[in-house]
Amino acid sequence: MAVTPPGADVNPDRYEVVIGLEVHAQLRTRSKMFCGCPTRFGAPPNSQTCPVCQGMPGVLPVVNRRAVEFGIRTALAFHCRVNAACRFARKHYYYPDMPKNYQISQYEEPLAEDGFLEVDVDGSSRAIGIQRLHLEEDVGKLLHEGTIETAKASLVDFNRSGVPLMETVSRPELRSPEEAAAYLRAFRAIVVYLDVCDGNMEEGSLRCDANVSLRPRGAAELGTKVEIKNLNSFRNVERALKFEVARQTAALAVDERIVQETRLWDADREVTRSMRSKEYAHDYRYFPEPDLVPLQIDRRWVEEIRAELPELPRARRQRFVSRYGLSLSTSDILTHHGPLADYFEAAVTEFPDAKAVSNWILSEFLRVLAGGDERVLSMKVPPRNLAGLLRLIADGTISGKIAKDVFSTMVDTGEDAPTIVRREGLTQVADEAVLDGIIDAVMAANPKAIEDFKRGKTAAKKALVGQVMKATGGKANPALVDRLLEDKLSKIQT
Amino acid sequence: MYQPIHELTDAYRRADLTPTAVAEAYLARIDALDGRLGAYLTVVRDEALAAARESELRWRAGAPLGPLDGAPVALKDVLCTRGVRTTCGSKMLESFVPPYDATVVERLRAAGAVILGKTNMDEFAMGSSTEHSAFHPTRNPWDLARVPGGSSGGSAAAVAGGLAAGGFGSDTGGSIRQPAAFCGVVGMKPTYGRVSRYGLVALASSLDQVGPFARDVRDAALLLGAVAGHDRRDATCIQAPVPDYGAELSKGVAGLTLGLPDEYFIDGMDPDVERAMESRTRAAGFGAEVKRRIMLGTYALSAGYYDAYYGKAQSVRTLVRREFAAAFARVDLIVAPTTPNVAFKHGEKEDPLSMYLNDVFTIPGNLAGIPGISVPCGFSVTGLPIGLQVLGRPLDEPRLLRAAYAYEQATPWRSRRPELT
Ligand SMILES: [Zn+2]
Repeated sequence: MAVTPPGADVNPDRYEVVIGLEVHAQLRTRSKMFCGCPTRFGAPPNSQTCPVCQGMPGVLPVVNRRAVEFGIRTALAFHCRVNAACRFARKHYYYPDMPKNYQISQYEEPLAEDGFLEVDVDGSSRAIGIQRLHLEEDVGKLLHEGTIETAKASLVDFNRSGVPLMETVSRPELRSPEEAAAYLRAFRAIVVYLDVCDGNMEEGSLRCDANVSLRPRGAAELGTKVEIKNLNSFRNVERALKFEVARQTAALAVDERIVQETRLWDADREVTRSMRSKEYAHDYRYFPEPDLVPLQIDRRWVEEIRAELPELPRARRQRFVSRYGLSLSTSDILTHHGPLADYFEAAVTEFPDAKAVSNWILSEFLRVLAGGDERVLSMKVPPRNLAGLLRLIADGTISGKIAKDVFSTMVDTGEDAPTIVRREGLTQVADEAVLDGIIDAVMAANPKAIEDFKRGKTAAKKALVGQVMKATGGKANPALVDRLLEDKLSKIQT
Repeated sequence: MYQPIHELTDAYRRADLTPTAVAEAYLARIDALDGRLGAYLTVVRDEALAAARESELRWRAGAPLGPLDGAPVALKDVLCTRGVRTTCGSKMLESFVPPYDATVVERLRAAGAVILGKTNMDEFAMGSSTEHSAFHPTRNPWDLARVPGGSSGGSAAAVAGGLAAGGFGSDTGGSIRQPAAFCGVVGMKPTYGRVSRYGLVALASSLDQVGPFARDVRDAALLLGAVAGHDRRDATCIQAPVPDYGAELSKGVAGLTLGLPDEYFIDGMDPDVERAMESRTRAAGFGAEVKRRIMLGTYALSAGYYDAYYGKAQSVRTLVRREFAAAFARVDLIVAPTTPNVAFKHGEKEDPLSMYLNDVFTIPGNLAGIPGISVPCGFSVTGLPIGLQVLGRPLDEPRLLRAAYAYEQATPWRSRRPELT
């Protein structure tokens, strides 16, 4: 099939976009899905393996109860029905990253079914159906010497082999690439809140495949779907889907038939390209895993897990708006990540000015954090210490500007604000006698500014205030400096 | 060389024999005879002697590990042994050295057993004659022109020929009981889940079960007792306590009801399956027999055929289970011939269907997951052993052993030995 370049002259409104997402989330269990090996990311190749996850002849799998618990926890958060019994199945295919030649997954009887996930796009909210959620095992990682096409050798790292994966399949109810990206963001926020997945797309903890099709607006039947693989970031999901929608729109505009196929997103060239169809013409020959007995899920266990579900991002966001009087957008940022929201709430109990606390978190805290782990930063600057810093600003002990420096020091040393302010003598200079002398000296040293001021340039006063602040190392109380300077300048004028 | 294990350990206790001397004698006999018998694929002389010496120290100190301490045993090459190659009778695994012990092997070592080596088998346990090993066929000690049965023919021949005092095999459709019958020894398939399958290379996960070969029923009880019991590495393993099987034997059979089924038959394979497609990439490492069954799997599980084959097999299995359950509502044990015929000649059964029909009396026990034991019950006019099979309810190994023991004690068959020199 010839690929018509996107952006051809077609009316995009003629078609409705239909997208379904399959999200694979690595579960944060300490051990693997079917053996006791650790799951730590980044360990030396093949250091976290055993005969079971290497697929040696004779080995048998044993289900990780914790992984099942995590699956149930997520299923409940997605409002799914947790099945009373579920079963594992063998999914057969041959690829060197999977030594058994089958993956233990779930097929006819998944862990949970029929839920939904609420997604916000452009201020409105939609519930996207979730068809099923099941557990399976991850495969090993192939490392090619060079590119896959030219490599002389490929190495296999089985550390990832057998890591628990949770696959969640949405219904084809997403109507735009933006909505798909929003779904994925909401998905990530929830699994991270639930502490079942670290949500790290770069490390592959969260992976996404998409099914995309177009149909004439108003049509009931779905169009031919194309599966897109390798969507390993939020940005890629949106871009790949945009490309694919444009490609299919252009094809349909010239009456070209859409081929049902699997396409790979090439992030470098920003195109989706067809994978050799043979490679993916799978007949997986599923059959029930005979080495595992069907899992009976105890109702009481499910209810225990339900009772322990944390408040989820959307509910928390709403509460932040109503209880703390924060804006929706501020609440959104604060609640997107559980630990950040926890931090905010802990700081607010110590220093009840929610706006001041949120301003500090959104500016200084996030700036210093720069995408790192909140947990690390909050160990250096516990919420109580942030509250202590804000109290020093509120009672005029330090200026907001000095406070930023104090905060940097707090991050570096882990000390509390009063300790730093005391040691470094950062208390605002509010002694008129001291300031009098400094102001006089500054005025004497800046005759030009005085002249300018006399000629009516009020900006000159600002420059003088700046000089005084500089001379005091920023410790002068700015309001006091302003008043004293005003007095002196008015005397000169008369 | 024909002493059962319980007599050997009695002799160790009295210091009439030592485990080292016994191990050496067995190794010497293997050297002398196995060239003709072909029971072993790998003999681990040094490891065996080292284990025997340790056992000897324990016996001398009066602290043996149990009734198997110093017992020379042979393991079917389908059980993974740490550091010792495990081939499954296939060239494909010719150099596979497992980094771990199967649970059964681990428990045997813990019981002080002396492992002599790994025994021959039909490739990947697919076969009923041990002719289909990728290495060499095994011969029946009673008549070297005949097969020992299979797929665990190596272990059966080793025990029958005095090349091991006891052995282990795996039984998927009769692979322990049928060779035991052909070779005139005791062979037992325990209840599915009674013995851990961890480290047993699977032929059919839901049918496979590890079990012992023995000179007599008492040994079978001791060997089973050493390996049975729950294993957290096998999710299908049963969590029931393990009885003292040896102590059960003397309880006798008074009050037990035995059933003799008139009909004991299931339909043969559909010839259609032979038209299955070839899997070229995987054919190279397999022998002909293995290919036949693998092709069945590939075809039977393909989309669209799943219901027709796998589904049908499941419902057949349910029916078989129900029939056994109904039968065991009326009787305690079922007694039947182990095989429809005695050991056949090498190359005699070229037709795979008639080869499979060899398992018809044993397969139902696997489908139902129930325990079965084969004990010698006489000889054909040509002097070949015949086996009697006793089947029981799930986990009813004690009564099974009691009945087999009573029968054995009442008959003279176990005193006859093959002339192998
Ligand atoms: Zn492992």
